[in-house]
Amino acid sequence: METKQRTGAGTAPDDILLSVRDLTVSVRTDAGLLPLVKDVTFDLRRGETLAIAGESGSGKSITSLAIMGLLPPPAVRVTGGSVALGDRVLTSLPEGQLRALRGDRIAMIFQEPMTSLNPVMTVGTQLVEAIRAHAPMSRRKARVKALDALTAVRLSEPARRMDQFPHELSGGMRQRVMIAMALALKPDVLIADEPTTALDVTVQREVLDLLRDLQRDRGTAILLITHDMGVVAEMADRVVIMRRGVVEETGPVRQIFAAPANPYTRDLLAAVPRMGQGGAAIARPDRPVVADLREVAVRYDIRGGILNRVTHRVHAVEGVGFDIRAGETLSLVGESGCGKSTVARAIVGLVPHAGLIRVGDQTVGTMTAQARKRLSAVTQIVFQDPMAALDSRMTVGEQIAEPLLIHSTMDATARRARAADLMARVGLTEAKLDNYPHEFSGGQRQRICIARALALTPQLIVADESVSALDVSVQARVLDLLRALKDEFGIAMLFISHDMAVVENISDRVAVMQLGQIVEIGSRAQIFGNPQHPYTRRLMAAVPVADPTAVREATPRMTGDIPNPVHPVGASIARHHLMEVAPGHLVAEG
Amino acid sequence: MTEVTAPATSRRPDGVWSRLRHRPLALFGMALVLLIVGAAVLAPVIAPFDPFAQNFDGLTMFGEPLPPGGAYVLGTDLLGRDLLSRLLYGARTSLIIGVVANGIALLIGTVIGLTAGFFQGWIGAVLMRFTDLMMAFPALLLAICLAAVFQPSLWIVAFVIAMVNWVQTARVIYTETSALAARDYIAAQRTLGASTPRILFRHILPHLVPLIIVWGTLGISTTVLLEATLSYLGVGVQPPTPSWGNIIFENQTYFQSAPWLVFFPGAAIVVLALAFNLVGDALRDVLDPTLRGSD
Repeated sequence: METKQRTGAGTAPDDILLSVRDLTVSVRTDAGLLPLVKDVTFDLRRGETLAIAGESGSGKSITSLAIMGLLPPPAVRVTGGSVALGDRVLTSLPEGQLRALRGDRIAMIFQEPMTSLNPVMTVGTQLVEAIRAHAPMSRRKARVKALDALTAVRLSEPARRMDQFPHELSGGMRQRVMIAMALALKPDVLIADEPTTALDVTVQREVLDLLRDLQRDRGTAILLITHDMGVVAEMADRVVIMRRGVVEETGPVRQIFAAPANPYTRDLLAAVPRMGQGGAAIARPDRPVVADLREVAVRYDIRGGILNRVTHRVHAVEGVGFDIRAGETLSLVGESGCGKSTVARAIVGLVPHAGLIRVGDQTVGTMTAQARKRLSAVTQIVFQDPMAALDSRMTVGEQIAEPLLIHSTMDATARRARAADLMARVGLTEAKLDNYPHEFSGGQRQRICIARALALTPQLIVADESVSALDVSVQARVLDLLRALKDEFGIAMLFISHDMAVVENISDRVAVMQLGQIVEIGSRAQIFGNPQHPYTRRLMAAVPVADPTAVREATPRMTGDIPNPVHPVGASIARHHLMEVAPGHLVAEG
Repeated sequence: MTEVTAPATSRRPDGVWSRLRHRPLALFGMALVLLIVGAAVLAPVIAPFDPFAQNFDGLTMFGEPLPPGGAYVLGTDLLGRDLLSRLLYGARTSLIIGVVANGIALLIGTVIGLTAGFFQGWIGAVLMRFTDLMMAFPALLLAICLAAVFQPSLWIVAFVIAMVNWVQTARVIYTETSALAARDYIAAQRTLGASTPRILFRHILPHLVPLIIVWGTLGISTTVLLEATLSYLGVGVQPPTPSWGNIIFENQTYFQSAPWLVFFPGAAIVVLALAFNLVGDALRDVLDPTLRGSD
């Protein structure tokens, strides 16, 4: 059918494994069929990695689901064009035949490995089942094959992992299991939908390396769906840039990055935060200290035994100390579970802590209603997911005005006027004061959260991964807003992030956390220009660079168990001693 | 490179009523509710016969009840009483049970579930263990005990039913509240300095409304039937006072020969439950801002 219309693109047509022609996917609404993806055309060749990149709502995931025949019925379906795998047109195959192809010749891995694995079955059983579903063989043989697959994805102790349940594995290990499952039957095409988005940078690095190695060894074609231009630059041979369901540009990766023809591609690449682009930091030793943390520790008890006594403690944060001056941004970076968000929550009084935290003239301590109210006037937090942080059943105007209602004696008209001011200040129109949160986009919702945080003109704003859930272009604008507000009001900011490039763009000073402790702290130039601690260096080396010509040094692969912050009661915790290597630049010894 | 803009709408939520008006099913449900309430209130005026009178011509020569049609529009029961009149008066009993008993049950369940779910700790533990205890106890047995202790009357029956029926609501509200309390927007409220009552009533309760409405409408038929069961066992509404439930139970043994005696009160219960369900569903959608504009 469609394959006859293929025009020679320079390579032998035999090389083309997957061919998508004028694919249109529509959703049925009351107003008729609404196209989500329109006229998407591309080819995937053997051994090639094709990246579909775009921001949320670009239709990249819908495209991949359409290829797999996994569109959510009955509202969303393919309404035009075709997808062909070799000589078989997938879009016209009945579900039964499609199911036989899925997993066998075309496999998929998803963003969140925990939700893609069955939590009540061991890893081994799931692998064996997946294999036997497509290749009739004995259980024993399938098990051998499963073990091979786990070994191939370089999982430590593969034999032991076979009998473990998904929750016993870390995020990176789970994603490896998913890859093992997808590749066990040696499919021709692997669709990876944001395979590393939920993982830490160092783990992301390992998974990306693994995918590349497997592809080299087996010649699998990979269709990589991602929003991360850094990942695109490192992995892809060719790139399809999508926006709002339409292909904006297609081309070899180097050409796209070096000479993007399409204005949208140019904007997208310009918005990508890159390391080494931060301007000079402004030292502000003359400004007053707004936040002061000394020897802060947050520990959670783990009870066990027949007497239900505390047997272990999670040392989520241990001996953390730093200060932030007015108008200064300090970033806390580290991987998930390092305790950075716990520090944020301790500062705003959401988790109890040991040690001293002072913000402005308030000491964070036992939280009586009065003390909490006083604290909320000096510090505010902006969370990662703005939709979750807003009350979905209250208009945004009411929510922005709510702190004023709690803290001041302003009347309703004055509150509303102030809310309108704040809306305007964060770049939203006051006409939308009476709308509900779901009527805004993600970036706009985060602006609303920022407006609410500003309502009491706090001295310190804690931004806990506040831009991580946003698209790069939106992210860039929210960062600009935060920077402008900081300069305008002289607000100090504690910026929590796992994204090194974003951190470099916004911070004055940076603190690196590992396992609940700070291992290195210094000015941005000191940390990024002259990282001293091995962990800091590893973090930076792991960040994907949005430049396909960049040559990466081989990094040693991590093996063995990941250390964890759970210790038996009474065990002494090895505290890092910070040594000053340069003025203001402190590094943990050893 | 603009952010995706939501449709530029800034309509204030119109009144609940004006949005309900555009939903034919909701209007239909409301009409039914009004009809039933009207019938109950006006029973003395519109009932063609005395509901307690054992009419002389209400039975055939062989002492059988009369089928529908004729002077007795819906027929007569085993004692020759007019079924229509009994249903009209019975609507009073059943409405009181369905609305009052069910309302009290919802109130108790919500207060307990909300308190336990929000505060957790020992308060939550005590309240929820008590709820579990009540759940484990056979509801009917409990109702019989309570009804036996107090002198049976309509209000006592309503109270007894409420005592038995709040448990499920409490459990469901508890689960939902503890999930809501762990959400970021509640943490955000705390960091804004919001007081506990403010969080509870402005930020948690509104989110529970759909759940309460669903449980409330489901509870109507359950409570009406529970009243019937109690009446059947002799601890509910005392004869000869009619209720839809006890009309069914009085006559169920003659179901084969006089099916209308069971069919009409049964249909009345179904219509009542359906009417409240339709209104409840529409109300839930109308009160949900995220569904605004989708109708």
